[in-house]
Amino acid sequence: MTEEKFVDNPDHPLEITDSDIDQAITKYPFFVVDCWAQWCGPCRMLTPVVDSLAKKHQGNITFGKLDVDNNPATASKYGIRSIPNLIVFKDGQKVGDIIGAMPEDRLLDEINSYR
Amino acid sequence: MYDVIIIGAGPAGLTAGIYASRANLKTLLLGSSFNPSLITTTDIIENYPGFPDGISGFELVDKLTEQAQHFGLEIISHDVSSIEKISAEGSDAWEIWADQKNFQAYSLIFSTGAEYAKLDVPGEQALTGKGVSYCATCDGPFYREKDVVVVGGGDTAVQEALFLTKFARKVTLVHRRDRLRATGVLRERAEKNEKIAFVLNSEVEEILGDTVVSGVRLKDVNTPNSAKQLRADGVFIFAGYVPNTSLLTDIVEMDDKGYIITDDQMRTSVAGIFACGDCRQKLLRQVVTACGDGATAAFAAELYIDELKGTSYEGRTIDTK
Repeated sequence: MTEEKFVDNPDHPLEITDSDIDQAITKYPFFVVDCWAQWCGPCRMLTPVVDSLAKKHQGNITFGKLDVDNNPATASKYGIRSIPNLIVFKDGQKVGDIIGAMPEDRLLDEINSYR
Repeated sequence: MYDVIIIGAGPAGLTAGIYASRANLKTLLLGSSFNPSLITTTDIIENYPGFPDGISGFELVDKLTEQAQHFGLEIISHDVSSIEKISAEGSDAWEIWADQKNFQAYSLIFSTGAEYAKLDVPGEQALTGKGVSYCATCDGPFYREKDVVVVGGGDTAVQEALFLTKFARKVTLVHRRDRLRATGVLRERAEKNEKIAFVLNSEVEEILGDTVVSGVRLKDVNTPNSAKQLRADGVFIFAGYVPNTSLLTDIVEMDDKGYIITDDQMRTSVAGIFACGDCRQKLLRQVVTACGDGATAAFAAELYIDELKGTSYEGRTIDTK
């Protein structure tokens, strides 16, 4: 099941959970996880922005989505106190957080600053 | 060429959209792609007439959007970067740039709202998202069994403090006055809530913490050099607003806080530009008044467009200022 989930070069954000996030971090060299929740208005505004970036930068940046409500271990491990929060992983290591909703071009600049 | 472009997708702008669309004006609403209406971050609205059980801010805005689209309103998520006056067939009109696209209209309705003011104290910016928050509905659940500070004494501060008691072990409301400004029912609920403590006559001077918030440094406003520290895992700031009106700087008249000045028909100092909701100077900033403003602004814009096009309905013209 999980073999199928973590395809090469997905064109959309992958649904990540507490149990498979480590596998995704290991597989994708530049991996951005959008931590969100149903009750968070700004998170829902960021969803189409992340979807669009995943499509445009397919093969270049891999995106994941993690529902913090159902996956408290990840939120706690990475010290998440505020959402939307994008965790940026490079070569298997956390390299930064991007906090708050923002326009697509600014978000891309922030992500690229961690390359 | 649009008849009306509405900027801002909160209750004021969406209501203006409903009225303008139903008037058959060619209308476009531009909403920010990242800056949501403040009301969407409100847990529950209890004072909007017609909802005896209350309604969440997000749900209300969803319903308003659906209602406006039902009447054909075109809504686009684009962030407006500039506004310029142009001439179209001898009439004044406006050109708007948003995300590298341009749109033109005979009239504009501004409903850009306001955002929470920053305290502007050391630690605030560096710890935003690391314990400092302006959205209790977003971040409240991260503070289960933790201690939080809420800064402010108005309706929002007290409402959000009450919401945070669902998660936090203790909520301390810090307010610089000697009593809360919040409306009676909220004040009473907060005073009865065992989880809420009050620190009045006090200002936050600094937000403390290295990588995450560890507390605040407070000053008693009546006693100089009276700094004391309060331990906290989170600080929620609801102490005043700043209007989102920078797009209209040097175009329309504003007060010294940046709120747009209008008459009671929502007309600004410039013909063809209207403003409604939280971004304009007014007594009471609530959803119900925002919606009222929006309806008035759309109707005033309709009269303006009719006059411009020479299609005024007899007896339904604008009185002169």
